[in-house]
Amino acid sequence: MKSKWLSFPYLVWMLIFIFIPLLLVLYFSLTIRTPDGLVFSFDNFRRFFEPIYLKVFLRSVYLALISTVICLALGYPMAMILAGNNFKRKNVMVFLFVVPMWMNFLLRTYAWMTLLERQGLLNTFLTFLGLPPLNLLYTQEAVVLGMVYNFLPFMVLPIYSVLRKIDRQLIEAAADLGADQMTIFRRVIFPLSLPGVMSGITMVFMPAVTTFVISRLLGGGQFTLIGNLIEQQFLFVGDWHFGSAISMVMMVIILLSMGVLSRYDKEHEGGGLW
Amino acid sequence: MAQNIIHLVNVSKNYNGTEALRNINLYIRKNEFLTLLGPSGCGKTTTLRIIGGFEEPDSGEVLFNGVNITSVPPYKRKVNTVFQKYALFPHLDVFENIAFGLKIKKMDKKLIAEKVHNILELVNLSGYERREIDSLSGGQQQRVAIARALVNEPEVLLLDEPLGALDLKLRQEMQIELKNMQQRLGITFVYVTHDQEEALSMSDTIVVMKEGTIQQIGTPTDIYNEPKNPFVADFIGESNIVSGIMLRDYFVQFAGATFDCVDRGFEENEPVDVVIRPEDIQVVSPAESKLQGEVIAVTFKGVHYEMIVQNNSTRWKIQSTSMAPVGSKVGLQILPDAIHIMKRVTAK
Ligand SMILES: Nc1ncnc2c1ncn2[C@@H]1O[C@H](COP(=O)(O)OP(=O)(O)OP(=O)(O)O)[C@@H](O)[C@H]1O
Ligand SMILES: [Mg+2]
Repeated sequence: MKSKWLSFPYLVWMLIFIFIPLLLVLYFSLTIRTPDGLVFSFDNFRRFFEPIYLKVFLRSVYLALISTVICLALGYPMAMILAGNNFKRKNVMVFLFVVPMWMNFLLRTYAWMTLLERQGLLNTFLTFLGLPPLNLLYTQEAVVLGMVYNFLPFMVLPIYSVLRKIDRQLIEAAADLGADQMTIFRRVIFPLSLPGVMSGITMVFMPAVTTFVISRLLGGGQFTLIGNLIEQQFLFVGDWHFGSAISMVMMVIILLSMGVLSRYDKEHEGGGLW
Repeated sequence: MAQNIIHLVNVSKNYNGTEALRNINLYIRKNEFLTLLGPSGCGKTTTLRIIGGFEEPDSGEVLFNGVNITSVPPYKRKVNTVFQKYALFPHLDVFENIAFGLKIKKMDKKLIAEKVHNILELVNLSGYERREIDSLSGGQQQRVAIARALVNEPEVLLLDEPLGALDLKLRQEMQIELKNMQQRLGITFVYVTHDQEEALSMSDTIVVMKEGTIQQIGTPTDIYNEPKNPFVADFIGESNIVSGIMLRDYFVQFAGATFDCVDRGFEENEPVDVVIRPEDIQVVSPAESKLQGEVIAVTFKGVHYEMIVQNNSTRWKIQSTSMAPVGSKVGLQILPDAIHIMKRVTAK
């Protein structure tokens, strides 16, 4: 069959860049280095469940969850405004919203550092008002702020695209059957937007739980997250085996949570971005 | 006494420049089956949306049982709508769709279940409570949409081309079912269609519309037999429309001959439009008739034949159960009461 041949380059690409690296990660995670060379072992995984690492893991999940909830709370209303009826302003709004995303991720995070610093813009402003400066940078809140700021678009866009696809006639039908604005939202708009919410949640939670840049820059290295842990193992400690094991655990957890979430999304309408 | 449940008074509606409705005045009587009929874009949906409250007129008033409801939002109106594309909630099953309106009214659960059960029986969908919407056929979805509206026991049911998406056979079945339901439940139906046969067979009253204006209001028989103008005549059933001259009362000239007719009240020698239904023309031998012509086409239409007869510069469309072969010379006989004379509309 011809179509099989057409997908060949793609298969090669998958093999080189996805499948082989994954196999390598798996291989490293299941081996340890001994004086007699590499031997098979579950040691790396056992190590992961030691209290210090478990604490890092729980902190990562906790901060990522908080960020996801905040993103949802901010992102849903934003998506509703964007999907609303003001056709003239809409494109401008979407544009304004997307522009910061064109900027480099690191640059954006560094920008927040200069804003939050002890002598940063915010504190300068506070002192100008005669208020005492605040400790803003290198706090958990700063890390959450960085996550929310960077990942909010991933929440807004899928919700926005689902909301935009909702048939206006359904809203009219609900009004026709006696539903006021609030009831229409509760019984029609929100349930129909759930697929978008689900993919928004996955798309924020996943990068948030694995980030290492945000926690390093805005957390000042005080709040080691799972991403930092992996980074350290590979770059500083040089224990590729343990690093691989953590990566594997994260991968399994992410896959599981995606599986659970996609169950709710029974319509398979997707969030538009998948 | 028949009472007006809805009254549109001088209603006009513009959409950025396009006049969708121009000064509409319309009574809808309680318990009648009223049909808005007209070509695409004539303002039928707009009229319905104004009655439903989805659109506010630029000027004019909507009265409901004599009360002005022009700016009352839809959810406060005792009117329900069956939408053109059904607009069923895809995230709810059949039961929840139908119970939607009742739950908003905070009705007792048992009562809701009972009402949904009864209405499903009425629309012939017993046992479909837990079916998902997208597992239903078009006709079934259509009936769920009707049930969802009817279960609220509205005083007026608005239907926007509810049968448009169905095939011919199903459409005819549903026409009968709808008409039965309307009579049994005693609900006022305002029905929109651009299918004249549907309008004729179902309605008590037909409102013929064109470009945002009402052309004629009347019973199906009135509208078919006594169309007020050539537009109505042409839109309701097929027609031969030719220009003629009203020589004097009861005497009209067209197609190079003069005919007796039943109309009067025109000026002498007034130019008029003459409308003749294809089934009102009899084919006779050339000698028997004032109008002769040659058959140029014959089509078999099931119950009857349709013939095109060329007479000088006029082509006549004729429907008859017998046929004359193509090329034969025939005479056309038109009786006085088959001739409908219409005032020539000067504009356009
Ligand atoms: N929301 C709108 N915005 C702009 N113009 C509109 C809108 N709704 C209707 N119109 C215009 O108003 C006129 C009447 O439209 P309407 O939908 O009432 O026609 P209709 O008789 O229902 O036609 P159809 O049989 O095609 O459904 C049309 O010219 C249409 O283009
Ligand atoms: Mg319409």
